[in-house]
Amino acid sequence: MHLEYQVYEADFVNAGAASSAIKKTLKQLNVSPQIVKRVVVALYEAEVNAIAHAYGGMIYADIEPDKIILKVEDKGPGIPDIAWAMQEGNSTASPEVRNMGFGAGMGLPNIQKNVDKLNVTSTVGVGTTVEMEVNFT
Amino acid sequence: MDKTPFFHALSIDEDTCIGCSHCMKTCPTEALRVRDGKAVLIPDRCIDCGNCFKVCPVHAIYIKQDDFEDIFKFPVRVAVIPSVFMGQFPNDISVSRIYTILKEIGFTHVIEAESAVPFYTMAKNKYADENPDIKPLISTFCPAIVRLIQVKFPGLTENLIPLRPPLEITAMYIHRKLKKELELKDDQIGIFYITPCAAEIAAVKSPVGEELSIVDGVINMDSLYNRVYHEIKKQGKGYKEQKLPVSQLSADSVLSSLTNGERRLSSAHHSYSIDEIHNVIEFLEKIENEEIEDVDFLELRACDQSCPGGILTCDNRFLICERVFNRARKIADRERKGEQTKDHELEEERNYLMRNIKVGDINPRSMLVLDDNIAVALEKMKKIDGYRARLPQTDCGICGAPTCDALARDIVCDNAEMTDCIFIQRNLEARGNMDVHESLKIMEMIWGSEKINDYVKKK
Repeated sequence: MHLEYQVYEADFVNAGAASSAIKKTLKQLNVSPQIVKRVVVALYEAEVNAIAHAYGGMIYADIEPDKIILKVEDKGPGIPDIAWAMQEGNSTASPEVRNMGFGAGMGLPNIQKNVDKLNVTSTVGVGTTVEMEVNFT
Repeated sequence: MDKTPFFHALSIDEDTCIGCSHCMKTCPTEALRVRDGKAVLIPDRCIDCGNCFKVCPVHAIYIKQDDFEDIFKFPVRVAVIPSVFMGQFPNDISVSRIYTILKEIGFTHVIEAESAVPFYTMAKNKYADENPDIKPLISTFCPAIVRLIQVKFPGLTENLIPLRPPLEITAMYIHRKLKKELELKDDQIGIFYITPCAAEIAAVKSPVGEELSIVDGVINMDSLYNRVYHEIKKQGKGYKEQKLPVSQLSADSVLSSLTNGERRLSSAHHSYSIDEIHNVIEFLEKIENEEIEDVDFLELRACDQSCPGGILTCDNRFLICERVFNRARKIADRERKGEQTKDHELEEERNYLMRNIKVGDINPRSMLVLDDNIAVALEKMKKIDGYRARLPQTDCGICGAPTCDALARDIVCDNAEMTDCIFIQRNLEARGNMDVHESLKIMEMIWGSEKINDYVKKK
């Protein structure tokens, strides 16, 4: 099953809408609650990243009988040093974003903790694509 | 996943039901449908919250209770009454007078359900200390909330604090005390809880995480209120009461069944107390998505204003809150002056009660699962999406399901047909694919023959 959601730049009000919708879907599929939680946490982080750091983007979800494949594709400044961004606490978030409770530098590390496969590709000045996979068993 | 059937306290009287669908529209778990002109309950989805009971215009939804005469099967008969029961009566009717009347109408002993709250609070705080990784911890005080989490938020069942609620601990205490004191056998003591809601009945009849409740029977608060109030009226205005010793409840314990009652006693740094079931659902959605983080403790109650808003209470919930609050304030005054005595007998049982306070695992019992096999469920979900796209999204309920989404799901689960939708019927009629008699037949299956055929004649 294929699902798509659009996210908009700095639209923090609606952050979580896509992860919420995907959560509802997975709950009906008898995916174990622990795995649903991991998917939702990882996707929520990626969603907020696209909202906070980029100019919005698209979320694609493909649900297969044994796993979910997620792709969050944003148009934005890109990440110059992915390895640096993967470390806990490293963040380029503006003070405004931090004041809203986002941007603590836990985004990518938190995603890594919750998914079975993670692939981050980025071109500076163009955008970032975060691909994630979570196995159901 | 737990698959044993739920016991339900709520039932629908078919003869009284007029098939108006008000209950179906208000149910927070979409547990009701209309079939053949009557409301039908889907047992796996119902959490006994009682919202349907509140909106039924003809009182077709009733709550099974134990027969009052059942108490006389026991030589020793204990009434376990929650503090909201006292809140049903004006403040000039004393707690001692209510105790007296309860004894006159048949009980041998009276104890307040909140007596064990100090142990419950202690055990909760201890559990929080021992499980710093579980966030947020969710109180199991309200049984409708426990069931809501089991069916709608299965991922959060492990956040529930697996403790017996105060009423069960109090029942355990009084049972043990009387057994020792009066040298009785277990079956000679009858413990009866006076309930403000349906969920408590269900919880006593089929408790989660424990095998059997120590409570022998449940009596609805409204029916006991009638009995007690009748006695008060008979006593008349000139009644001179004899003071009876009453439970030595602390102000904190008296307040515990109100909103914020638990939260104010919790040692958690970051906690919320939320009442009314839709508010709770909204908040749990956010908790489940981890949109709200670092929450240590949640006090969740299914009814507005917590237990004073229970469906079996007999007065306005705000008035009840005020009375319970006033009583607590008086006790707090006495506590400050050092006049309030502690219940030493209860205190002596602390070790025994604390040892037996835990319950077993509380398991998820998701109502949302389409099939145990993910591949099959995925197929069903694709079909649901297909049907949903063709439905009008008006959620009019004419198909006998509460929403278009619910109908799409019902179709895929073989419990409904696409042609149940009135928009689809009209469309088919316009294309010449259905005649008016066919569509009337369908409406008759949903709403019953009386609604469809006799309306014109009635006028």
